[in-house]
Amino acid sequence: MARKAPGINTGSMADISFLLLTFFLLTSSINTEQGIPRRLPPHATEEKIEQINERNVLNVVVNFKNEISVNSQIVFINQLKDKAKDFIENPYNDPNLSAKETKSIDFIGDYPVSQGVISLKNDQSTSYDVYIQVQNELEKAVNELRDKVSLQFFGKKYELLDTASQSAVKKAVPMQISEAKPMDWSNTGGE
Amino acid sequence: MARFKKENTKELPEINTGSMSDIIFMFLFFFMVITNMRETNVKVKFEAPYATEVQKLEKKSLVETIYIGAPLNKNENTIPPGKISVQLNDQTIKQEDLETQVQDFIARAKESRSEEDKNRLTFSLKVDQNVEMRYVNVIKTELRKNNALKINYATRKKTTN
Repeated sequence: MARKAPGINTGSMADISFLLLTFFLLTSSINTEQGIPRRLPPHATEEKIEQINERNVLNVVVNFKNEISVNSQIVFINQLKDKAKDFIENPYNDPNLSAKETKSIDFIGDYPVSQGVISLKNDQSTSYDVYIQVQNELEKAVNELRDKVSLQFFGKKYELLDTASQSAVKKAVPMQISEAKPMDWSNTGGE
Repeated sequence: MARFKKENTKELPEINTGSMSDIIFMFLFFFMVITNMRETNVKVKFEAPYATEVQKLEKKSLVETIYIGAPLNKNENTIPPGKISVQLNDQTIKQEDLETQVQDFIARAKESRSEEDKNRLTFSLKVDQNVEMRYVNVIKTELRKNNALKINYATRKKTTN
């Protein structure tokens, strides 16, 4: 009877491992990388100046004071999305907004595709935060237009479409942002 | 004998909790494996700006990160005029080496990938929200020169509108 070793109580072991578990859960983050994807233009085309009709360009400028202007008119950040949407969509075929070219697209058929290009220009002293907000608003404008087209033709939101239909919608509402060479307020002598 | 039987029926048998810790340990290992340990320690202050239209980067193995922000340590290399550090891999870079360093960084990143992955390689710019655009522009120009065109501006998702 005395030979038998007493069993060790392992009940608290679970507590200890629970503690470790919660520690790891709290300290480590499953940080999924997320952000706004963009494609930079190739370097060689920088010198090439494309002649685009003036009505097809929306000039978005962010200056050194972080003010945003659209076609030399100062706007707030929350107005930018609607301006961009109006410009690309041009629902009433305003001759001052972007022109359209009818293209035939798979799944959709003939669709008037906007030829508008958004030209984004920033100052060297612009804060990155404002720059991202502008990019975000432009992205939102395009996403909303894509949703609209996709609802019209496929009855679903753009996100829920399969890749083939997504690329069709992408062709119907292209994202055309060109970034101009940044200005430098501090080098021009300032105010 | 009869007394023995009586006691047994009255008392509930003890639950064996020995295997409980095994289960918890399994949980622990699972979490340790799926959460990624940061392999580079970040030497710059980095607070991503908020945005609503964020997308997830799918393949983590195809992402290379460039940090731009104010240095956390005084001794780090900075780039004038705003004393902002640019970090590639594990080190901050000097102003005069910037061009070659970025070139090296991109070349090395491309070299370690297979031919088809080279085109899918994404450069994630993790830029602090208070940084001026001039530093970002410098890096963007270098990326363009080296034909690394797929980029991603790291942002945080804004939850409330």
